[in-house]
Amino acid sequence: MSDLPLIQVRELKKYFYPKKGQVLKAVDNVSFDIPRGTTLGLVGESGCGKTTVGRTILRLYERDSGSVLFDGIDVHGVSRREYKALTRRMQMIFQDPYASLDPRFTVGDIVAEGIDNHGLCATRAERTEKIYRLLEMVGLNREHASRFPHEFSGGQRQRVGIARALAVDPEFIVCDEAISALDVSIQAQVINLLMELQGELGLTYLFIAHDLSMVRHISDRTAVMYLGQVVEHAETDELFTNPLHPYTKGLLAAVPRADPRWERSRERRLMTGEVPSPINPQPGCRFCARCPLATDECRHEDPELREAAPGHFVACRHV
Amino acid sequence: MNERLLTVEDLRVSFDTYAGEVQAVRGVSFHLDRGETLAIVGESGSGKSVTVQTVMALNPMPPARIKSGSIVYKGRELVGLSDREMDAYRGKEFAMIFQDPMTSLNPTMKVGRQIAEGILMHEDISRQEAQERALNMLRMVGLPNPELNMVRFPHTYSGGMRQRIMIAIALACNPSILIADEPTTALDVTIQAQILELMNGLKAELGTGIILITHDLGVVARMADRIAVMYGGQIVECGSADEIFYDPLHPYTWGLLGSMPSTGVRREGKKLIAIPGTPPDLFAPPPGCAFAARCPHCMKICTQTPPEQSVTESGHYASCWLLDKRAPQVEPPEFDIRKEGGRDE
Ligand SMILES: Nc1ncnc2c1ncn2[C@@H]1O[C@H](COP(=O)(O)OP(=O)(O)OP(=O)(O)O)[C@@H](O)[C@H]1O
Ligand SMILES: Nc1ncnc2c1ncn2[C@@H]1O[C@H](COP(=O)(O)OP(=O)(O)OP(=O)(O)O)[C@@H](O)[C@H]1O
Ligand code: SF4
Ligand SMILES: [Mg+2]
Ligand SMILES: [Mg+2]
Repeated sequence: MSDLPLIQVRELKKYFYPKKGQVLKAVDNVSFDIPRGTTLGLVGESGCGKTTVGRTILRLYERDSGSVLFDGIDVHGVSRREYKALTRRMQMIFQDPYASLDPRFTVGDIVAEGIDNHGLCATRAERTEKIYRLLEMVGLNREHASRFPHEFSGGQRQRVGIARALAVDPEFIVCDEAISALDVSIQAQVINLLMELQGELGLTYLFIAHDLSMVRHISDRTAVMYLGQVVEHAETDELFTNPLHPYTKGLLAAVPRADPRWERSRERRLMTGEVPSPINPQPGCRFCARCPLATDECRHEDPELREAAPGHFVACRHV
Repeated sequence: MNERLLTVEDLRVSFDTYAGEVQAVRGVSFHLDRGETLAIVGESGSGKSVTVQTVMALNPMPPARIKSGSIVYKGRELVGLSDREMDAYRGKEFAMIFQDPMTSLNPTMKVGRQIAEGILMHEDISRQEAQERALNMLRMVGLPNPELNMVRFPHTYSGGMRQRIMIAIALACNPSILIADEPTTALDVTIQAQILELMNGLKAELGTGIILITHDLGVVARMADRIAVMYGGQIVECGSADEIFYDPLHPYTWGLLGSMPSTGVRREGKKLIAIPGTPPDLFAPPPGCAFAARCPHCMKICTQTPPEQSVTESGHYASCWLLDKRAPQVEPPEFDIRKEGGRDE
């Protein structure tokens, strides 16, 4: 096994063109590595491009420019046949548990989709056994296999998506809000499962979530995105104890605590302002409309992502 | 002062499916007063959404079926009303916001018009007046440039803005009850804080009663006056926010609170404490306590007879055999929050 990071993302760009004359820079020049057997947490405002990053890494979207290397293989450069082989090694747990499950199939068939596509089970009995094992792994029971997605609650559907991703024994999983619809006990169960699999099999994760305490728990490094760009990126403990970017600071200060007395007594400083549109973005720092530190320079020139402390990258000129 | 808005009594809702009857809600009772927030938390699949959707009469019947129970709104029984009759309440007296605003907004209609149409459905006023009210609503939910925003389509908004538009629609007819099912799950915490602040403002200004469903216990701590904890189609514990967080009585609540990652520490092999086992099969719910199969304190009687409700003087109640006089004393586990909560006082 080489020391090469399993995932290398370089200057990745993914634009959408909603209308003539409009360009929506969903992912704009994003670079990072994810070493084998580690987890990168990815957080940020709704609509900042997290899902698009995940989907473009897996080539569910074609990139506009930049590159993604998986185990040294150029994901966007390989032939169809080679790509199919890759899809077994990389999986995604989709954010939307309602839209991502085909309502015409039973939950058992949905979970077995990858198994069938890649011919992973020799006999019917082996397939059934595997489905049951996967359902139980994610805290569902075997009776669920014969039921249809619309009969499930949000959290139950999300677990079906997790079982489906695990079914092909992948090496890399993009977990896109994989636990957000689950109660905390099942969240704990899924997080433990993901971390156990990582310990045993060396799985690598891109973990996208709004729940910062879970991100903190599971991630080795954490990246913060704002409007298509990574604005801060550091080792997880460093990021949480020493946030540098004003957006990251606002984010951490806004986390509610499961403690009513503390919540009642806390001083609230709401971050004001709206997230600007990613369509035809203006030059300059994209956070400047909401930033307490913004100066004229910020409004005109893009801040560069620089290394403020060893391994701690931040894109803000005033820190 | 305590004006009762809603009383739900022994509600039972099932789904008739090919595989049999799914007993999704099995005897749920709760109430909501004017100007208070009731949070419903609990196991995924425990019947939270089905419960509130039944109150809103949003479950298609069949497959859903109200087996028994009553839902009384301001003294009027709602169970048994026709869809037509319910229309007078839905949207006007109760409004609902969902986790995913995009699925509930009409993508082909400009935002201002959507709000105005909602108002026109319930009130006999002119289109002009409805438009003006819509504009006011957008202002009230803190959308910048409301005049401009009136004429935009929903997909051109960010998640946080859409959720505010949903709230504007929900509040346009000044409902007495706002039901929010995971309203901020899709938002980052800075936008979440703005939305929660907005909801609290409404409660204070207009006396709206709020039912909030969320898995985020931080949000619950921030918002709830009272909390109901659901498991396996039943409310297993209900009390004030402080009672549930600092003095929980039911082993499921203990497990839930114990599963949270504690703030300020990170992994290094640290496992989270999950509740082992799987939730009960709602086709054939267990005869005794629904939590028995997973409960570390389960006794023989728990698997045979459903526990009765024990109520404290303040009205905090839980259904667990451990609260019976004859049961052995069990100390609840220590939680991080309790220590923190105690310290801050
Ligand atoms: N298929 C698409 N066509 C056009 N625009 C898109 C498409 N997918 C995403 N976008 C836009 O790209 C931007 C980034 O979206 P993305 O879903 O990646 O955000 P996100 O960070 O995952 O947000 P959330 O936290 O809400 O899931 C958004 O402005 C979105 O509207
Ligand atoms: N249309 C349906 N047909 C059959 N069963 C259903 C249907 N809708 C819901 N159920 C079942 O009813 C139970 C309660 O579902 P509900 O959506 O209320 O759960 P919930 O508590 O809101 O969970 P979550 O936190 O995951 O959203 C679940 O076990 C679900 O499988
Ligand atoms: S009734 Fe018995 S099984 Fe149920 S929660 Fe109480 S102790 Fe546990
Ligand atoms: Mg997303
Ligand atoms: Mg639900």
